[in-house]
Amino acid sequence: MTQQNRNKNRNQKRKRINRPLSWTSKYVEVLLKYATIFSALIVLVLFGFLAYFTLPLFAEGQFAELFSLHWRPFHGEFGILPMIAGTLVLAISALLIAYPLALGICLFIHGLGPRWLTRPILLLVHGMTGIPTVVYGFVAVFLLVPFLRNNFSHGSGFSLLAASLTLSILILPTIVLLINTQLEHIVPALRLTTTALGITRIHELTRVSLPAASYGLLSAAILGFGRAVGDTLIALMVAGNAAQIPERAFDSIRTLTAHIALVVATDSQSTTYHSLFACGVILFLTTTSVNLLLHHIKQRACREGNHE
Amino acid sequence: MNKLLNFGIYCWSWIATFGVFIVVGLLLFYLLSQGLPTIGKELFFGDAPVWEAIFGQVRVWDALWPACVGTVFLVLLAALLALPLGISSGIYLACFAPKTFKRILSLLVELLAGTPSIVMGLFGFALILFLRNTFLPDANTSLLLAAACLALLILPYLIFTTQSALESLSDEYRLIGPSLGFNQMQTVFHVLIPAAGRSILSGVVLSIGRAAEDTAVIMLTGVIANAGLPQGLLGKFEALPFRIFYLTAEYRTPDELGSAHGTALVLLCLTGILYSSAFALHKTLEYRWNQHR
Repeated sequence: MTQQNRNKNRNQKRKRINRPLSWTSKYVEVLLKYATIFSALIVLVLFGFLAYFTLPLFAEGQFAELFSLHWRPFHGEFGILPMIAGTLVLAISALLIAYPLALGICLFIHGLGPRWLTRPILLLVHGMTGIPTVVYGFVAVFLLVPFLRNNFSHGSGFSLLAASLTLSILILPTIVLLINTQLEHIVPALRLTTTALGITRIHELTRVSLPAASYGLLSAAILGFGRAVGDTLIALMVAGNAAQIPERAFDSIRTLTAHIALVVATDSQSTTYHSLFACGVILFLTTTSVNLLLHHIKQRACREGNHE
Repeated sequence: MNKLLNFGIYCWSWIATFGVFIVVGLLLFYLLSQGLPTIGKELFFGDAPVWEAIFGQVRVWDALWPACVGTVFLVLLAALLALPLGISSGIYLACFAPKTFKRILSLLVELLAGTPSIVMGLFGFALILFLRNTFLPDANTSLLLAAACLALLILPYLIFTTQSALESLSDEYRLIGPSLGFNQMQTVFHVLIPAAGRSILSGVVLSIGRAAEDTAVIMLTGVIANAGLPQGLLGKFEALPFRIFYLTAEYRTPDELGSAHGTALVLLCLTGILYSSAFALHKTLEYRWNQHR
């Protein structure tokens, strides 16, 4: 049977078989439907709430002040630009560290390493997703930070570098698992052909399989970025939290997420709160656009038949 | 040149794999070597007598017990709030939703899944500010609020795992119902859900693990360092991950530092148990499947 025929058949099987429903089933279906609509609407309510609390900023004309370089709440300056810069720099540097590592691990799993090691490594990567964020942060504070402090003698060790190293370990399993799922589809399908053509394993992976998995590679990078932007604890515990534009790897930085946590814990003026909600809105919009982008890529991959 | 590049890639894959292996090994070794010696009665109950402390007759100071109880209550409450909604949404999306409707709904759920946990916490905080300004002037952050925000956090996971558990069942299962003259509802509830039960359960356990480890949400919604045992739904509470964070930032004595290490180890074991049982549930299902083939 050809692929097309098989698909058609499957679709026919999956089609719902319409029988008259008793009134209880109708009732249950409606109930399920409203539960789903409710869960789907939560995200809109969430955004609405945050946006509503940001509105006073527009009304009071403080919106321009929001994008100034200084966070000095006691002088009435609520610039969150340093935090935006901190978030971006931290997320990108963590991604730059984690992504090559993840690629290396995926290549190792799919042919460059011995076969008997693939399962233990996948298990380890799965296990890494189970380690709580706060534990990563904790170990970084007591192992990595003193190490950086003693060996590089630039300040306290709580820095952009420490945070991006820790964060890269946190987002690593996400990236590995996503690329791995893609390669699991692609590699077995291509292996017979490439072996028949006499292509070596390493050529096969780097010249054939990885290009074929380009959508997966792209979405893994985007997803990793999204995770890195959304993480709070690592930045809060390890990055030092000074509200300044980062210039060097040993600078102390503050991210939007850490900023929200810090301000809620300490201040209680209403204007600070408004700028806080602006931070929340920015974070939300960033991760939402990341997710929309992912969705778009997935759909395109499906349409081109690259995914299956 | 090409050969050199290939050799470089080859080396890199080994270095990356073993580098990460070593880092994770170092992390575990550090926690075990520093945390294991502190595990004991003092870590959990401090100076208080054990039985009285367990039943809440004696206040426990500087120890883990209130945080353990707080985390358990918090996670159970969050699961209680999220489970009915999450599982029924998953079932609806997998078995009943019309195509376009399903696409819109799952996109919205995906967006919720991508929302950072601190934003969920901020939402809870905003909710309290809103209530204070409108109906309840003395609303405050509490166990119930934290659990509700955590429920928002784990809801998408529940929906996805339920949905994919049902959708990954084979077509034979789908045909059992119609062949017996069941309608769609009967097929779903008497054939598909029992068949996917274990996968759904594994998703539930996974999301509980997710709720137990999250710190950012509860930081904004009512956790404090010295609350004692949780005093009802509207009281403040302690939790394990927050205790680790708090002690890391503010420890004063070597004892507190040791306690932090112990707490980290306990939390790691807790999430480790939850994640591995979720994994095991999933695996046994796959095994059962392959046997029937």
